[in-house]
Amino acid sequence: MAQLRQLRQRIKSVKSTAKITRAQEMIATSRIVKAQHAVAASKPYADQIVHALTALVTHHVGIKHPLLIEQPEDKRSAVLVITSDRGFCGGYNANAIREAEALMAALREQGREPVPYIIGNKGLTWYKFRNRDFADSWTGFSDRPDFPSAEKIGRRLAADFLKTDAEGGVGEIHVVYTEFVSMLTQNVQVRRLIPLEIEEAEGDRIPPSYEFEPSPAAVLDALLPNYIESRIFHMLLQSAASEHAARRRAMKSATDNANDLIDVYTRQMNQVRQAAITQEISEIVGGADALADSGGE
Amino acid sequence: MATLKVGLVSPEREVWSGEAKMVVAQTTEGQLGVLAQHAPVLGVLEDDSVVKIEPADGGEMVLAVVGSGFLSVADDEVSVLAEFAELGTEVDRDAAQRALTEATSGDAPDEAGARRARARLRAAGVEL
Repeated sequence: MAQLRQLRQRIKSVKSTAKITRAQEMIATSRIVKAQHAVAASKPYADQIVHALTALVTHHVGIKHPLLIEQPEDKRSAVLVITSDRGFCGGYNANAIREAEALMAALREQGREPVPYIIGNKGLTWYKFRNRDFADSWTGFSDRPDFPSAEKIGRRLAADFLKTDAEGGVGEIHVVYTEFVSMLTQNVQVRRLIPLEIEEAEGDRIPPSYEFEPSPAAVLDALLPNYIESRIFHMLLQSAASEHAARRRAMKSATDNANDLIDVYTRQMNQVRQAAITQEISEIVGGADALADSGGE
Repeated sequence: MATLKVGLVSPEREVWSGEAKMVVAQTTEGQLGVLAQHAPVLGVLEDDSVVKIEPADGGEMVLAVVGSGFLSVADDEVSVLAEFAELGTEVDRDAAQRALTEATSGDAPDEAGARRARARLRAAGVEL
């Protein structure tokens, strides 16, 4: 009987776990849709800013700006890792951190010194637990990034880029983020953010020659930080959508596993109960037989 | 009459889009009005200024606050890009008024906050 009670208890606890994971799965599912909308809503701005920058650079070839210049003498490289604030999302954080570690190893081989910048609580605790140094960290917005956060990060990175090694600056900035391809596929991506590589516009459409107010240099000055911030914002949004997709998948398989376990336990419980009943019956029958035998003489 | 295709976008969303007769914006160089067939221009907008859009369907003038933005005009397409953008009709007047009083009172006046609050009130149609 003791075994029966144990099994009942176990079923009850697995059932409540399944309830929690199921709820998490549903929350994640609804957030993916929202995150995808946010990605789509940020697209017009990102497109327009790329368009404006391309127009500027195509018509003013060789225009100089500190953020466009390579700094080969600065040996430090910033690596911005985008992770989530909360767990329960399968391999999402592990993948991002693994990719970041690989990138840092590759940078070290090239004789550069990688400097981590961390977004998200999970990445932060990973580095803190291992007592590794990092330059800066931001947390609290990984599942719903807003533009002011991207702005803060962009300003810090751009400011560090403009400093030299000796002042604690960096010579280039890489970002590790997770790209949302579909509900089932999310890929970890590594991009170099600064110095900027402005992608050439589609060849068939040359942008018209603009007049610039007040001057091309001044417009570039104002546009570039916005471009960087919008890139970071885009990466944050992609990562957030990926985080929700990863969480949905992890929680779905957790719920499935819990339901399988409940099935197994229920079957075991029924077996034990049936065995107990059978045993009782055979004991009663045996007892009655013994009584009948003794009464008959 | 030819019309302009206007898009007012912030990083988080598209704030307004549609056909318009005229767009008036404050660049750092001064006020700039754009009609159809305007030459291509890329201009830096004044921080926390008000952009006016006159819709082509003869509807009411659309007013919007923009913070840290650009205006780009090419081929009768006008894009206003701003880190912060809000339509006048969306502005919560009481909240903006409170923000203005808060920013202007106290020992350390918050000039950026006051400027934004004033721009939001102007866009909402409140005379200052």
